[in-house]
Amino acid sequence: MAGCCAPGANVTPTGRPADEEVRLASRALSETLMQTDISVPAAHCGACIRAIEKALLALPGVEAARLNLSTRRVAAQWRKDGPVPPFFDALARAGYEATLYTHDQSDDDPEFGRLLRATAVAGFAAMNIMLLSVSVWSGADAETRHAFHFVSALLALPAIAYSGRIFFASAWSALKNRQTNMDVPISVGILLTLALSLHDTFRNEPHAYFDAVISLTFFLLIGRTLDHMMRRKARTAIVGLARIMPRGAVTISADGARSYKNVREITPGETLLVAPGERVPLDSIVLQGSGELDVQLVTGEAEPVTVGAGDKVNAGMLNLNASLTLRAERSAEDSFLSEMMRMMEMAEAGRSRYRRIADRAARLYSPVIHTLALAAFIGWMAATGDWHRALTVAVSVLIITCPCALGLAVPMVQVMAARRLFERGIALKDGSALERLAEIDTAVFDKTGTLTLGDLRVAASTVPKRDLATAAALAARSRHPAARAVARLDPAGEGLPVEKFAEHPGLGIEGRIGGALYRLGRPSWACAETTSKSQRSMSALSRDGAPLGTFAFTDTPRADAKGAVRALLEQGIAVEIVSGDGAQAVAATALHLGIETYRAAMLPADKVARLEKLRRQGRTVLMVGDGLNDAPALAAAHVSMAPGSAAEVGRNAADMVFFTGALSAVPMALATAQRAAVLVRQNLTMAVAYNIAVLPLALAGYVTPLIAAIAMSSSSILVVANALRLRGGERTLTPTELRAPKLAEVTS
Amino acid sequence: MSYLVWLIPVAILMGIAALVAFLWSLRDGQYEDFDGAAARILVDEDRPIREGMSGGGQARDAAQE
Repeated sequence: MAGCCAPGANVTPTGRPADEEVRLASRALSETLMQTDISVPAAHCGACIRAIEKALLALPGVEAARLNLSTRRVAAQWRKDGPVPPFFDALARAGYEATLYTHDQSDDDPEFGRLLRATAVAGFAAMNIMLLSVSVWSGADAETRHAFHFVSALLALPAIAYSGRIFFASAWSALKNRQTNMDVPISVGILLTLALSLHDTFRNEPHAYFDAVISLTFFLLIGRTLDHMMRRKARTAIVGLARIMPRGAVTISADGARSYKNVREITPGETLLVAPGERVPLDSIVLQGSGELDVQLVTGEAEPVTVGAGDKVNAGMLNLNASLTLRAERSAEDSFLSEMMRMMEMAEAGRSRYRRIADRAARLYSPVIHTLALAAFIGWMAATGDWHRALTVAVSVLIITCPCALGLAVPMVQVMAARRLFERGIALKDGSALERLAEIDTAVFDKTGTLTLGDLRVAASTVPKRDLATAAALAARSRHPAARAVARLDPAGEGLPVEKFAEHPGLGIEGRIGGALYRLGRPSWACAETTSKSQRSMSALSRDGAPLGTFAFTDTPRADAKGAVRALLEQGIAVEIVSGDGAQAVAATALHLGIETYRAAMLPADKVARLEKLRRQGRTVLMVGDGLNDAPALAAAHVSMAPGSAAEVGRNAADMVFFTGALSAVPMALATAQRAAVLVRQNLTMAVAYNIAVLPLALAGYVTPLIAAIAMSSSSILVVANALRLRGGERTLTPTELRAPKLAEVTS
Repeated sequence: MSYLVWLIPVAILMGIAALVAFLWSLRDGQYEDFDGAAARILVDEDRPIREGMSGGGQARDAAQE
């Protein structure tokens, strides 16, 4: 069990939330306790529960910690009076990358609880009334039948009053706006049937429809609850973007005084100080200092960028090792991050145009039912002049054409599909994403972090084996991505003592090990005498100036990227790369994966423009990306996926998140979506065909409560059974998909 | 007929008891982490959950107050 866990110590040192930020995101449970929710996307098994909770409980001040494996969030309770416990360091030490989770309003979902309670009450009443009805159908004598009808009425009235509210309220608000929706015929049907049955009970008539009306409510509520589960909660990715933005920065005024200012108060032209490990707060120009910035979040480039005086830097870039003095160029409202937020807002607004298949079906359905029931009533009234008879027929038309099966047809399939995807490490955020995914004909991938892991890896090394430990010892003390790649070569290196360690921004690192001076970094700096052309993706190791060898770095390709791309191409789906990275790196990846179309050096706005262009060509596009720079594109695409390692913003913007590490999740999800689409179509056809088949019975007045109950439940069961077939689709997986490696294997 | 006078109320009361039990467990947050519940049985140490822990009914109530 433990083997499948522990993603390793190679957790990216992104900017950890500051203490005030943690405090802000926490909520007070009592006078003394605060609760902080932390999202830990890599948690996935029993051993993770233990490791995570243990790591947090060991912290001073933490009173309780509990991991919810379904939501992959841990709730930690800590004492308010003490300092904020270092949650994120503790989790990183345990091998888990974690992000702060802010509770927003949409998390508390009172509607879901209300639906569940209503379903439970309806279910209880349906079971008991059915019990009584069975004896009535099997021929109870008049006295018993009468008593049973009364008991049924006693159960049905409060149950309908409680559970039916869901439909009544929705129907009422639709009618108030002079519109009609699915709930209008449902409410009319329920209320009419109930009234007629009450009337007949008091008149001691042979038939009462309490069983039909309550089981109708029950089935409809099941469908409604499942449907609610599959709807995206009103959460937007914009909140996450706002959180990356630093809240403030140290500014230097003209007289040299330093003060900490809120970013919103900083005006262009002011001088800022950005210490190592901090993010650049505003788009600025470097005045003083030089060093390396992690720009992955902004442009998607995996390798750090070296900046010096006069260079432009964007808000959101992480200062790795330099102490920089900047001049703010733009205010917070105009900065890169704010621009991203505006783009996201626009993209998210555009997406909501998609109408789900169930809604489209419901729209067609309800006028037809109304007309039919009304026609039946008028027809029978004209033919017999008996209002009771005419009303019974109209009611039985409403019951028999009840959209129970229709209400279950789509959400049942989607719930099964979501479950199947989740078992394979793909989290689905919205049921309609499945419908949209099944429609795609083009897949657009980001490179860094999606097709590749965005993590540098030593591709080739000419350093002799015995010197690896010293190189790793030196590298383990730096946060530079290249250094971390070297450090990973020999984990034992961390134990070696290093004296006089120093980091020279843009050049490399040095330190004394066993008396000798070792340098790791730019070949021209580490080995002063060699004049070999200094490549950026190359580092040299030297001892006392004598070269020992070089390391060459590449970006680690994501597991099974090749197989996933091939699987998509075989399905006739066009594949292209849209990356913010340099042309050379993108071309190499494209060649390696066999992708013909690629675009490099794309800014976030360019990516959105590219998707827009594809859309205008009539294509439906799946976007797969991870970074902040992909977030607007993820929101703008027809449907989108992000790896679990993605920036929080990316994960929020995407419709689906895959935690498996392997890119084979993409064709897997596509296959499931296509199968789900077939089943949904079958279900809808079945539900409608069933209704058409039994409708003549109802119109002819042959529907007794028994027939109504049989018709209603059998069509619902048929639809549910058909949806369950999605589980049996195991054999559609190709062998490469089954070989999808676990998270631990990929990242180590 | 006379036995029905007893049996039916008993059946309905039992149904109500089950309904109340379900509503209580729902409120108590027992349906919030199925995966965790399945995995937790394998965790050796057995410590009590603190009153009002994550996502549970009490915690939510406390947050709403």
